[in-house]
Formats: sequence, C-alpha cells, structure tokens
Amino acid sequence: MNCDFCDQKATVFLTQLIDGQMKKVCLCESCAKEKGVTDPTGFSLADMLLSGIPTSALPSNPTFSSKNRISSGKKCPTCGFGADDLNRVRRFGCSDCFQAFRPEIDLILRGMHQGITHVGKVPKGFEEIHARDEKLEELRAKLELAVQQEHYEEAATLVEQIRQLEQPSPSAP
Amino acid sequence: MMRFSTLIKHPADWMIGGEVDNAVVLTSRIRLARNIRSLPFPGWATKEQRRLAMEQILPVIENIRPMKDAFSQQLSGLTSVQKQVLVERHLISREHAARTDGSAAVIERRQSLSIMVNEEDHLRLQSIRPGLNLRVAFDALNIVDDEIQEALPIAFDRKLGYLTTCPTNLGTGLRASAMLHLPGLVISDQISQVLNAVNRMGLAVRGLYGEGTESLGNLYQISNQSTLGESETQIIERLERVITQVAMHEANARLKLLEDNRLMLHDKIGRSYGTLMHAWLIDSKEALNHLSIIRLGANLGFFPHEVSHLCDSLLMEIQPAHLQLHSGKKLTPEQRDESRGQIIRSHLQKLPTPAMVYSQTKNTTYPDPPLDLDL
Repeated sequence: MNCDFCDQKATVFLTQLIDGQMKKVCLCESCAKEKGVTDPTGFSLADMLLSGIPTSALPSNPTFSSKNRISSGKKCPTCGFGADDLNRVRRFGCSDCFQAFRPEIDLILRGMHQGITHVGKVPKGFEEIHARDEKLEELRAKLELAVQQEHYEEAATLVEQIRQLEQPSPSAP
Repeated sequence: MMRFSTLIKHPADWMIGGEVDNAVVLTSRIRLARNIRSLPFPGWATKEQRRLAMEQILPVIENIRPMKDAFSQQLSGLTSVQKQVLVERHLISREHAARTDGSAAVIERRQSLSIMVNEEDHLRLQSIRPGLNLRVAFDALNIVDDEIQEALPIAFDRKLGYLTTCPTNLGTGLRASAMLHLPGLVISDQISQVLNAVNRMGLAVRGLYGEGTESLGNLYQISNQSTLGESETQIIERLERVITQVAMHEANARLKLLEDNRLMLHDKIGRSYGTLMHAWLIDSKEALNHLSIIRLGANLGFFPHEVSHLCDSLLMEIQPAHLQLHSGKKLTPEQRDESRGQIIRSHLQKLPTPAMVYSQTKNTTYPDPPLDLDL
C-alpha cells in the first residue's frame, strides 16, 4: 500500500473516529514524521485532515469542497503570506493575516468549531484599547469631513483630540 | 540554571498520582496557544526571524514568577535522546523535539508547567495535574498566561480570539485533555461503544500509544476539538462531565468483571504477573499491555495498592529514550528489550503473587453528572 501523500511505501497506518466514522490514512515514514503522526501526545487526525491531505482520504469536510477554495492572488501586507499558501497549508503566516484574509477565514471556519465568535478570555486592558481605537476612527472620519468642508477651527480641535488619544495608555502591553 | 539531569532525576508528582486518586483518570492537561502580534508564525518565519522571536520571548518567560528557577534550554543544546525523554514525559511535543535552532523549552522544576517556544505557535503553554483536575490545571496556567500577556504583545482579535497558526486553535487556543486507563471497558468489550459516544459529543479520542482504537496499555486520551465559540470554563466543564461519565463506566465495568468473571480476571492478572516477573526480552507493546493488567489488579485488590504507582512510573521508564538515558548509551531495539525486562524485574522484585486479599483501592465516588453520553 502506498502513502496517501506521496508514492512511497506506506508504513504508518492510522485509524481514528471522526464524527462517528472510521477514517483511515496511510503514510510513509517521512510523511508521518512531517505530519507529526508518530506523536502520541499531540496528534489528531482531524488536524492533519485540515492541513492538506488528498481529498480521497478526507471525510466530507466543508472546508475542502472545491467551491470555497481561495483563488485570489491576495497577500498579507505584513508577512507576504499568500492565498496560495493558505490553500496549501491551511495555516496562517502571522497574526495580521487574519485581517488580510477575513472573508476566506469565514469560509474556513464554517463547521470547524462550536461557534464563529470568541467568547472566552480577553486580554487585560483590551476593551479599553478597543474603545480607544473606535473613538480614534470616529474622530479621524470627522476630521476628514471638517477639512473637506473647510471648518478649520473644528478640524484643529479634532487634531488635538486625536493627538491626545494617540498617546499610548500606560496599561497597554 | 537548572541542569537536565536535575530536572528529570525524579518523576513528577503528576506522573505517579501522589495522593490524588488516579485509578481511572491518570492525568489532566491544559494547553494554551499564544502568538506575538505581527511577527511571522514559526512555520512561516525564516530561521533568523525565529531566532529573533525566541530572543524576545525567552527572557520574559524565564522571569515570570511561576517559572522561577525553571529549566530553560534552546533545543539546539539538547541531544536527541534528551529531547525524546522530554517527549516521553509529555513535557514537549514530538513536533517540538524535531526542531533545533530558534526553538526552546522552559520547564518548571516540578515538571507541572512547561512552555514551548516556537513550536507551531510562538508560545505553547502547558499545565499537567494528576487525576481529573482540569480546572486546577487551567487556573495554574491562566496565571502564567496573564503574566506573559503583561509582558508581551500577544495577538488577539475581538471576534476570533487568540490568533493561532492553525485555524483549529482559534478563540481560546485551549486544548484540554485527560489520559484515561480503561482496561475494564476493553476487557468487557464496551470500549468502542463508549468511545463512539464520546466522539459524538464532539470530543476527540485516541489511543495514547498505538493507533486508533487499538490502544496499547488500554490508555486513551480524550480532548476537546472546538476552541472557538465556547469559553474556557464551558470547554473544561463539558470535558469534565464527559470524562466523569467514562470513568464511572470504567469503574462499573471493573466491578462487574470482578463479580461475574473473577476467574478470568485472576487468570489474566496471574499471566501478566508471570510474564513481567520472568521476561528477559520484552518489547514496549507487550510490557505496556501487561503493566496495564497489573495496574488493574492493584486497583481491584489483587496487589497492595502502591503497586499502581509503581506501574505508573514504569510506564515512563520503559520507553525507549528513558532506557537509553538510564544506560547512558544508544541501544539497539534488542538491547532495549533486554534493558526493559531487567528494569521491570527489578522494580517488581518484591511484588507478591496476585491474590484477592488486599482491600480494593477506594475509587472516587463520582457525583451523578447530567447524562451527556448517549450509549
């Protein structure tokens, strides 16, 4: 029997229950190693199935249907990670990729978790920073409008307000 | 700085249970995935970027209170046997052990907290406790996480939660898992039914050793799969409820075997005893399976109850890297089988012949949980 990833002889056979169905994957030694299949502590077939296995071995996972493959030439401005990379490894390049690939993420997340919105722990001070960012955005919009309408006095006040808010707050990490 | 030999000199409390009841649930483990904002994730970073990230992270985590005087080491400074020993002790992952330059491990003295730097994510924090104690393990780790977030700009998004390399970890970044010893359910042929029910609850089950449901040593790991859309507390409570029920089924299966099939049970335990006491060449698979039966025997009163702890520390010591560390040299598989046999014989030397004369280990009386498991 050959490896599901390449054509070498498979030596590692893995069976796991996913959604109540038995799924079997055959791997050669080097692919098994690469996928971390030999790790008894941290391996889940589900993880591997989400990280680019031939569709023949896949359970019917919505992530992989061909219609939601990401095909744009988009790249993350921070790290250069591209849509092709995302298609290939189903992982991300850096935390800013989550902004760059927002619409794609919604597709990827479909059916993956209990929900699509985080409800757990929030970093200390995050809410304050978030509120400040929203306020800044609002002020900048107002400023733009004020400049357009040549209300320079109002604009000056807004610039001052923005400048004050932009000072990093002492509690921010 | 703490030396490797000092770190691993003794097994951790959580490995042998200590005072905690670990008859069915051996250990509880929590893992949190965290990343530094705007830095490339380890899998996408260049070697140089990984090294820079490590240099930013390491001094910070070495200085947080819970990790005071911890063992801290770049993986390039460990031999492959040393890394493998850490894997066998569940202190680092196998993927992490495969890394060298630009990755590091920081492990607290008691081996109950560990931090992997530049594994799949910049930071993987882990906490382990004996028995079913996911909440306690989480609380300990949450303190570490808070201190790290004070000192490092951790990537977080209002909607997606903690941002991780793999979308399967988004949200809480939390993986909670427990290691269970389920010989009663295996012998009485109920294991697939129970594991299927657990699976239907959206939880992952796998054999700790071996593949799929054919687990070696009757050891299984149950963990959450979903990390987004549920809070840490919801994830942990759901998992604890389900694990409690599995543990109840296991405890009942053991008692039923004792009532209905005492002779078969006594025979199994006696054969495992005979094999382990007299084997001179024994491979991992055979050793794990017999130790599992001895452990069951200790729980049911065929051996003094401390024997269970002896089995737990042997589970660790008979693994390949531990054997090689013990002997101080690289061993061929045959030499390992010889060394494994010798270590088991010497540990079990004083083990009395199995007989139903010891009082049964007191099993925890599990509270009646709401019935999640649909068997």
